[in-house]
Amino acid sequence: MASREEKCGQDIATRDAYGAALAELGKRNSRIVVLDADLSGSTKTAKFAKAFPDRFFNMGISEQDMIGTAGGLSLTGKIPFASTFAIFETGRAWEQIRQTICYSRLNVKLVATHAGITVGEDGASHQALEDVALMRVLPNMVVIVPSDGFETRQVIDAIAEYEGPVYVRLGRAKVPAVMPPDYKFEIGKAYKFRIGSDVNIIASGIMVSAALQAKEILIKEGIDVGVINMSTIKPLDTQALLEAAKNSNLIITAEEHSIIGGLGGAVSEFLSENHPITVKRIGIKDTFGGSGKPDELLKLYGLTAEDIVKTVTEFMSK
Amino acid sequence: MTTLTQSRDIGFLKEQARLVRIEILKMLTLAGSGHTGGSLSAADIVTALYFYKMRHKPEYPKWPERDRFILSKGHAAPLLYTVLALTGYFDKSLLSTLRKTGSPLQGHPSSKMLQGVEVSTGSLGQGLSIANGIALGLRLDNSRARVYCLLGDGEIQEGQVWEAAMTAGHYAIDNLCAIVDLNELQIDGRCEDVMKITPVPAKWNAFNWHVFEIDGNNMEEVVTALDEAEKIKGKPSVILAKTVKGKGVSIFEGKVEYHGLAPTKEELEIALKELGEHGK
Repeated sequence: MASREEKCGQDIATRDAYGAALAELGKRNSRIVVLDADLSGSTKTAKFAKAFPDRFFNMGISEQDMIGTAGGLSLTGKIPFASTFAIFETGRAWEQIRQTICYSRLNVKLVATHAGITVGEDGASHQALEDVALMRVLPNMVVIVPSDGFETRQVIDAIAEYEGPVYVRLGRAKVPAVMPPDYKFEIGKAYKFRIGSDVNIIASGIMVSAALQAKEILIKEGIDVGVINMSTIKPLDTQALLEAAKNSNLIITAEEHSIIGGLGGAVSEFLSENHPITVKRIGIKDTFGGSGKPDELLKLYGLTAEDIVKTVTEFMSK
Repeated sequence: MTTLTQSRDIGFLKEQARLVRIEILKMLTLAGSGHTGGSLSAADIVTALYFYKMRHKPEYPKWPERDRFILSKGHAAPLLYTVLALTGYFDKSLLSTLRKTGSPLQGHPSSKMLQGVEVSTGSLGQGLSIANGIALGLRLDNSRARVYCLLGDGEIQEGQVWEAAMTAGHYAIDNLCAIVDLNELQIDGRCEDVMKITPVPAKWNAFNWHVFEIDGNNMEEVVTALDEAEKIKGKPSVILAKTVKGKGVSIFEGKVEYHGLAPTKEELEIALKELGEHGK
């Protein structure tokens, strides 16, 4: 915990932050057990496995069994963290998560890595673009998408204290540090960098960084832009959302996920019922990903600061 | 409420199984829907577990040292509910609410709604993984508690069952005993015709399990196998229990249509007579 300050400002992949946080958590809490499906080197749970071999279970390439086993471990008072790539965790084992974890409200932490198109070269088969939607629809599930390494470390500590199912979405690629040193993560509480009077960008994950860049560009153009890091997608921080909507004319959502069912979906659902306002969704537009370098893919799929800027200026010029 | 009496006496256990069957049929008839065949086929096994083998305290359902039972074939819920009621987890009168709106006795078991249900089941193929996880957790705690998991034979067509079988073999989970209710029928017909599962013993052997093959409707054989399974160290045990679907009532025995049908009032009369429940 003492290392929290010094870890702020580091540009690292959220999966690396997870690996480090988990190994530290293992020292403090003997109830923590970890499961992986033959990807511990990539998900970074290998660090925990090395430190606590008795509390680590490699389940082999069998995600459905991993989820059930994690559920069983939780029934004996353990706090299982089950990790693999996001597409396999939430896609392959969705029904196990629904039936075994969520219906019985078991205390299992699903921490998946390699979400979104920044998986890169492995291509569409390995890029989860639907995972937030798949998890968000499940009763009892909490869904968290941290923006940087500093936030990820705090998320891991927080969910270990929370009783119930949680899904955490992490990435493969290194991401810029965005959260300030005094930031303290709380489940269900968004971080308001700034509330704008023209436009507010609600972002999650790596798109918080893009949103902050877009804000700088737009403010120079005389548009008053705010940015909110909505790292908990469920339960949504509706207070922060209402404040943003009531103070501006346009809400932009930005996520490295399908524009269907994720952050954009959640924000649109809430605002359409509670404070109707135009919402423009930046995200993957109902398509599969592809192979390439992460930065090139972000450009190709319209997930850059420039894409946010363009969407805002188009709206403002109408 | 009943107080729990446990015994290895075969006569006592057979009598309990008879009473269990009677309650299953009564509750199913009142509900008007539910799974008759697979509840009756496994009645002797689950009776032997709760009235003899398992260390449990109905008055203290979350007793940490208890043995656990996971009903992976969740559609046999009427069997689980009956045994829980007759061993004292809740009042027997609750059985008449099976499948009714708001009842804790859901169509398939819900752990959030009913005391004594360890985990919600109903979607086939998931229970053995859960049982493995519980067994691994108990092992980490050096607990002497054991885990029992009941599967159907149609159920073992689910791929996850074999993932779990591999896991139990790999981690040598010897505080676990799986029981497969081999009643040879599933909802669409004979397992042999729908999707061949044979040879069953060879499959479990190949996954590093110790295999027992018994007549699952013979109380002496059930009790003996449960005792022997406890002595197996270094690998998980599975009891392959050959049973008759609908066991105990001639009009239901071996009839595939009673997989998911509840008895009519007339059928209940016949059944109660056969089970020696005269004039009730």
